[in-house]
Amino acid sequence: MNRLLLWFHQLGSPPNFHAFAGRWIPWCFGVAVPLIALGIYLGLAVVPPDYQQGDSYRILFVHVPSAWMSLFIYAAMTVNAFIALVWRIKLSEHLAMACAPIGAWFTAVTLATGSLWGKPMWGTWWTWDARLTSELVLLFLYLGVMGLYNAIDERRAAARAACFLALIGSVNIPIVHYSVEWWNTLHQGSTIRVFGKSSMDPSMLPPLLAMVIGTKAWFIGSLLARTRAAQLVAESGKEWVQRLNPVRAS
Amino acid sequence: MSEFFAMGGYAFYVWTSYALFVLMLILDVVLPQLGARRALKEAMRRQQRVAARSKP
Repeated sequence: MNRLLLWFHQLGSPPNFHAFAGRWIPWCFGVAVPLIALGIYLGLAVVPPDYQQGDSYRILFVHVPSAWMSLFIYAAMTVNAFIALVWRIKLSEHLAMACAPIGAWFTAVTLATGSLWGKPMWGTWWTWDARLTSELVLLFLYLGVMGLYNAIDERRAAARAACFLALIGSVNIPIVHYSVEWWNTLHQGSTIRVFGKSSMDPSMLPPLLAMVIGTKAWFIGSLLARTRAAQLVAESGKEWVQRLNPVRAS
Repeated sequence: MSEFFAMGGYAFYVWTSYALFVLMLILDVVLPQLGARRALKEAMRRQQRVAARSKP
């Protein structure tokens, strides 16, 4: 077995993952917090107002990164759910289940900030447009996965059922992404392109980039912390947990 | 400075959005920490009870 594969294999062992996550969580937040703070500062105080929307468009710097994260986290959850279902890897079950609440938070903030942006610009808090509706469905999918996981007592059976729901729900991801192209929506189309020219003013890119990298790092930190905690609870009867935990003494 | 806080008349929408975003990030980290600590203590106590019962 080559070294990378071996490393992956060993990461699947709970004590190893526990140590690995413990090492990396501070680094993830150490990258995330300054970048998000920088993004907020640039977005609120440095970037000039939009020629059409004035200062209201500053909501973009929290709305767009949150929206991207809502899809990115679902994709991460789907990949882990697939691995958990096919290869029955326990770590992937924990990872997939830890993705759901983080994704739900980002989706909720996407909807709330979108609403707060829609009111002054469109004149309404909410409309049943394809983009908004599919994003709301995304929130319900996250909540459904979390609810199903908590509704079944046997933990591994619960994880398998919830992973299956996550996998089925992934059909919504391209729908959210392409909704602004497939349907005539009040929500605007995308102005940022990874390939090709973005139609967004270049001055708006630095805060957006800081937020995009910052929220990714935050997600990884939060994912590792949640997975580490869930694993500790699941393995609380095992010797390695008993050995490292001070709660036992109390 | 007051111009900065006024956000060109959109103060409520802009500041609420940023506040919600920051609040969400804080809750995302703090809530699971609290929950996990409680769950772990509970699990440990259960283990201790099982261990105590099995002792001769």
